[in-house]
Amino acid sequence: MADAPARPSAPVLTIENLTVGYRSGSGWREAVRGVSLELTPGQTYGLVGESGSGKTTLALAVMNYLPRGGLVRSGRIVFDGKDLQTLGASDMQRIWGSQMAMVPQDPLSSLNPSLRIGDQLSEPLKQHLGMTGREASRRIGELLEMVEIGDPDRVAESYPHQISGGMQQRVMIAMALSTEPRLLVLDEPTTSLDATTQATILDLVRNLMQEHQATVLYVTHNLGVVAKICDRVAVMYAGELVEDAPTGEIYRQPLFPYTQGLWDSVPRLGDNKRHVRLRPIQGRIPSLEDLPEGCVFRARCPVAIDQCRTHPPVFQPDPQRKTRCFRWQAIASGEIDAAQPVPGDQTAKAEEASVTQVLSIDDLRVHFASRESISAWLRRQPPKMIKALDGVSLNLNSGRTLGLVGESGSGKTTLARALLGLTPPTSGEMRLFNAPLAPRLSDRPRSSLRRLQIVFQNPQEALNPYLTVEQTLVQPLKKLRHLTPDEARIAVDDLLRAVELQPEYRSRLPAQLSGGEKQRVAIARAFAPQPDLLVADEPITSLDVSVQAAILNVLQELQLERQIGYLFISHNLAVVGFLSDWVAVIYLGELMEVGQADAIFDPPYHPYTEALLSAIPLIDPGAQQEQVRLEGDVPSPADRPTGCPFHTRCPRFLGEICVNQRPPWHETSQGKSYFCHIPPEELEGEQHKVFSSSGRDQQGPRS
Amino acid sequence: MIRFVLRRLGFLLLTVILTSMIVFVITQLLPGDVARVILGREAGEAALQALRHQLGLDQPLVVQYGRWLGHFVTGDWGTSYSTKAVIFPLVMGRLRNSIMLAAMILVLAIPTAVVLGVIAGLNEGRWIDNLISVSALSVVGLPEFVTGLVLIQVFAFTLHWFPANSSIRVGTGFVEALPRLILPAVTAVLVLLAYVARLTRAGVIEELKKPYVRTAVLKGLPGRTVTVKHVMRNALLPTITVIAISFGWMISGLIVIENVFNYPGLGRLMVFAIGRHDLPLLQAVTMVTVVAFASANLAADLMYAALNPRIRLG
Repeated sequence: MADAPARPSAPVLTIENLTVGYRSGSGWREAVRGVSLELTPGQTYGLVGESGSGKTTLALAVMNYLPRGGLVRSGRIVFDGKDLQTLGASDMQRIWGSQMAMVPQDPLSSLNPSLRIGDQLSEPLKQHLGMTGREASRRIGELLEMVEIGDPDRVAESYPHQISGGMQQRVMIAMALSTEPRLLVLDEPTTSLDATTQATILDLVRNLMQEHQATVLYVTHNLGVVAKICDRVAVMYAGELVEDAPTGEIYRQPLFPYTQGLWDSVPRLGDNKRHVRLRPIQGRIPSLEDLPEGCVFRARCPVAIDQCRTHPPVFQPDPQRKTRCFRWQAIASGEIDAAQPVPGDQTAKAEEASVTQVLSIDDLRVHFASRESISAWLRRQPPKMIKALDGVSLNLNSGRTLGLVGESGSGKTTLARALLGLTPPTSGEMRLFNAPLAPRLSDRPRSSLRRLQIVFQNPQEALNPYLTVEQTLVQPLKKLRHLTPDEARIAVDDLLRAVELQPEYRSRLPAQLSGGEKQRVAIARAFAPQPDLLVADEPITSLDVSVQAAILNVLQELQLERQIGYLFISHNLAVVGFLSDWVAVIYLGELMEVGQADAIFDPPYHPYTEALLSAIPLIDPGAQQEQVRLEGDVPSPADRPTGCPFHTRCPRFLGEICVNQRPPWHETSQGKSYFCHIPPEELEGEQHKVFSSSGRDQQGPRS
Repeated sequence: MIRFVLRRLGFLLLTVILTSMIVFVITQLLPGDVARVILGREAGEAALQALRHQLGLDQPLVVQYGRWLGHFVTGDWGTSYSTKAVIFPLVMGRLRNSIMLAAMILVLAIPTAVVLGVIAGLNEGRWIDNLISVSALSVVGLPEFVTGLVLIQVFAFTLHWFPANSSIRVGTGFVEALPRLILPAVTAVLVLLAYVARLTRAGVIEELKKPYVRTAVLKGLPGRTVTVKHVMRNALLPTITVIAISFGWMISGLIVIENVFNYPGLGRLMVFAIGRHDLPLLQAVTMVTVVAFASANLAADLMYAALNPRIRLG
């Protein structure tokens, strides 16, 4: 492109001691403080942090596009030799979209809903490269092919809502690369996508970055994604850059306790609660209004000392690494262990309890009639059936967790809704303690309401914003357990203790709670009526990484204590595998594989499970992982494939038989069963263990 | 899309039929005896009975409704009780006047309101936004007869730019009527302006928060392109709907303005019909109003769908 750098290795982007603030009242809230970074050409730099860490502010400052009220208070951002602060609006218009581009988190809302894809793609081409309409449309075809879109003409003619989320993100990537920019900022580009789609997009990003030699700032909270595609990682916490190192080294030996905490709080693929304990990071991230003096992580740090009350400078253990920890030498030498403490172990208790069957689901079907067209109605065609769930049978024992894994549209939430009586099933039976559950909530007796509770994905929306924590918890205690006000008060105390919240939280409103605290309240509310079965629908998906572990631990402890059966729904196989005793994999409303949690990670697997396992980016840069990728998108449930529902995307597709015949259920020697034409002996010969870690897990402080 | 249009047309028909029933029943319930209104206080019982029979007023309500609806659809709207004039051409002439005035209002109001709204929205919270919002609101607070009279005083009596009296003959062409349309139209614009401008402003502010605007800016597009091509296309959707719906109000709801300027529109005709207890005329005017409102709604729905690919292409 235009301004070639003077030296080939001159940094594309240099951030020098940057402080960014937002005006708040008469003062400033400084969301980013004293950050220095350097991106050399062709480098992919991961920027990791939780919400409130300042990573998004930093990314927007790099784009020189801070929201209103935001200002670079001190320091410099130098892009391609130019200090961005000295550039005016028209200079930025020349740089944006031609020399630096951004791929945002949510592709659908980042595309204009009323303009065709082709039109939106042509804008930077016309604006910066001076192309005519015809030149642009030819180039758009090439660009869409570059991001592996099979039918570029149709996509270019479409409006954003007419194509799938994965396609939308491909379009955004094509748009960002269309002018061959020097710098790309990718802001959580795969967070809103399904696991199998995320895997293909990550492959694409990695290949394109190598091909185009683009310099990338990759903002994410997903440690697996960082391990997979970044050369270097910068970790942010409460507005400061606390550690910065090459990817391999930072995963092998973090030199800041927060980094260590992050690494340890995520279940790895293959971990199970029976042999691994998660170590959540204690406490919560300080708010910008109330920053502690000294080290920002001090209050949550297991190895903090008096010295940490003064603000640590940036230490450079070697030319490649930076850390803001006074004690990095002691950590590096293994003298002290910066890992968070292991919460009390209760695994032993689990095995003693007697086991009874809580839930049995037999041949459950939920079908919806799709809306008919007038012509179909005139011709008296039967309405098209959307089979959201088709013939699902499952059992669950008390004190056990059944994990249900599937991508969006697989029917997991429909199953939860059917259990709760919100979506009445078309046929089949659900039994709670061997007593049938009425299809509709309104037909169920109070006692069954008490027995069946749910924790929703998004605690923001699940709590009434006008009720205090106590009011929220008292309602089910009174209505479903008929406690007196005095008894209810005591019960509220017990519940808060169970979810590890201080008693003073009882008078707080949801707005005064963090996301993790809200989810604790939602869990306490679900436990208040002493249910026998808890449905947890993606309960940690909307939470920050370091909070997820704490919530998983709370769920696990409550289960051991009260012997409740869990139906745990998630798209994250690592989390499901960790918390569950049994795992069921669901695709297009049908079960593909059911087995014990340990067995699910070993071959032979159903080809879909194999693809799911292969799609998860491992939190381990050295790990070996098979590449099994699925073609295309999940078919619409209204247009189900014949024969095996998975045959249109199956990497082990056999031919005719998969299209025409329903597969049988096979049982393997490990006691799991799967729905496929290929017998286990044959699968076992072809499949390998999809992933193997580089060994840190076995030696690390977690075992 | 065709299905969508057909469904909306069905709804329109249903609305008109339902309201026609309501209109018919309510006019039957109005106090006063039609026959006595027509024949006067001294008429004898026999003459009254004869007239009631002649008008069909002694038939069951359902029969009366059926006959009335049949006549209405075929354009036979009867004769006015009070003026003895044939109603259909009378109402149509007034409808034409009302449409001319409404068109004038839209021509003046839409560009002004949209421009003001977009400027205010783009500068949310700055002095220009406050200026536009406050002045638009302060105007909308004034009743139409006040603003109308002030406008007459200034532009008719003092400056002599426009005539004070807007009464025009039936059949006057648009160009000829134009000078007499300006002042009543401006009066109505002042009522509409604040509403439409605030709606546009809200639409712009909401769209500016959406991530696609950031995408457009970070493509390096000039500010004007971002605003016109990206933001306004989406921000004006609710505004267009509201303008289309308010067209119904302009057809028959400008009673005060038509009175102040002595403008012969449908609104004044309705007041006249109510005053004279002229049932056939009142029914006719009301039905025209209903059809105008329902069509305006239909137009709003169709325009919204046409401009919004998410609805058009589902």
